[in-house]
Amino acid sequence: MTTGSPSLNNVRFSINGTELLKGLNLTLGKGSFTVVLGPNGSGKSLFLRLCHGLLQPDNGELSWNGSQTRPPQTMVFQNPVMLRRSAKENIMYALRNCPKAERAERAQQALRWAGLESISERMATVLSGGQQQRLAIARAWALKPEILFLDEPTASLDPGACDYVEEHVKTMHESGIQVLMSTHNLAQARRLAQQIIYIQDGRIMAHQPVEEFFTQPSCDEAYEFIRREFAIAPVTKIKTVSGT
Amino acid sequence: MSDSQTFLSAFLLIFQWGGDLWEIIGLSLRVSLSSVAISTLLGLPLGALLAVRRFRGHHAITILVNTMMSLPPVVVGLFVYVLLSRSGPLGVFGLLYTPSAMVIAQTVLITPIVVALSRQHFQQEWERVGEQLRSFNIGTMSALPTLFWETRAALTTVVLAGFGRAIAEIGAVMIVGGNIDHLTRVMTTAIALETSKGNLELAMALGIVLLVLALLVNVAVHLVSHWSSVRGGGK
Repeated sequence: MTTGSPSLNNVRFSINGTELLKGLNLTLGKGSFTVVLGPNGSGKSLFLRLCHGLLQPDNGELSWNGSQTRPPQTMVFQNPVMLRRSAKENIMYALRNCPKAERAERAQQALRWAGLESISERMATVLSGGQQQRLAIARAWALKPEILFLDEPTASLDPGACDYVEEHVKTMHESGIQVLMSTHNLAQARRLAQQIIYIQDGRIMAHQPVEEFFTQPSCDEAYEFIRREFAIAPVTKIKTVSGT
Repeated sequence: MSDSQTFLSAFLLIFQWGGDLWEIIGLSLRVSLSSVAISTLLGLPLGALLAVRRFRGHHAITILVNTMMSLPPVVVGLFVYVLLSRSGPLGVFGLLYTPSAMVIAQTVLITPIVVALSRQHFQQEWERVGEQLRSFNIGTMSALPTLFWETRAALTTVVLAGFGRAIAEIGAVMIVGGNIDHLTRVMTTAIALETSKGNLELAMALGIVLLVLALLVNVAVHLVSHWSSVRGGGK
């Protein structure tokens, strides 16, 4: 299914002369579930938007297995964006490139998959935050992407809605969709991710398999980040990056 | 005659009035609705363009449009008068002192309002949905119809605000229309004329009709806003 996963070569991005992403080099494994961690303002959201093509790098190159053609992909934002129409019509709108006859059926399938059939005719903008995020996930599923980007999708959700999003994102990944997600929730990252990217000050400081990251983070910054968040020290502290 | 008697007489006049009143009201509505329609056709696309596109001179145009919102009607009237007068660049069309001249003047007056107010609404909406639409691989220009649809409630209030400004305007239409009986006399110019003649009942009667129209516009704005919030639209 996968035709390409993102590969960044010395990618830089600035706003008003301030460099916010500084020379990113990275290749993601095909079909992986990668979680992006980092403090507030570190550049996680910018990184995801850049990978998804919502932002263009100032320098460097973003490719997909050597090709410039983006595979089918979509993004779910922290605050779900709903159009002022029904839940079903929101999904149908996203499917506007599909043949017209297919749209309603695929939208209905997505609502069924997400357990949202009962609200299919309700105005999407008046749904609760949790329902809107579930609808956003259903809409992403309906698009059948090869890569799914999620920017802190559970940041403003209650635990129940959070579990729901996790479960459905996990299902999507298991069906072969590559996932790249940012979060502040380390427990969630540990539950879901195969790989962790740690970003700080616009630089990728660590890119490791999940268990290795949480037990042997490859830089001091990641070690401190985990220690502060969990209020306990990781098992081993390895200083391969800073060398201090 | 006391104020209350004047007011009562004015009310009675409205019901006794014949064709002249309806002719003045009809012309007022025709001129204002025509100028609002033209301003809407010109102003909304420009407002949308300023909201979603950044180009050289973008800030300058935005500042200019915002400034033009507070254009004094008499200055617009004078400007259009110079353009349409026999020695002016558009003098050959012979439009001065016709309803068409009044439509042109009101269009010049209202278009900046439509552009500036719609730009704000479009921009807010674009900030809300723009990234998601681009995530669906929809280009900026292709997204414009969706943007119009999503902003429809706010745009209706913009258009109604333009109409409110047009129907109540006097300075520009007086200069380019000339307040000619049975030709270019509208409610506001008729009120000014009757007041200057001391015919306060008639002026008051026209004022009441104008107020009722303004009230209807506001009721329409309220209903649209209410409908929008019930439908989950908000602005």
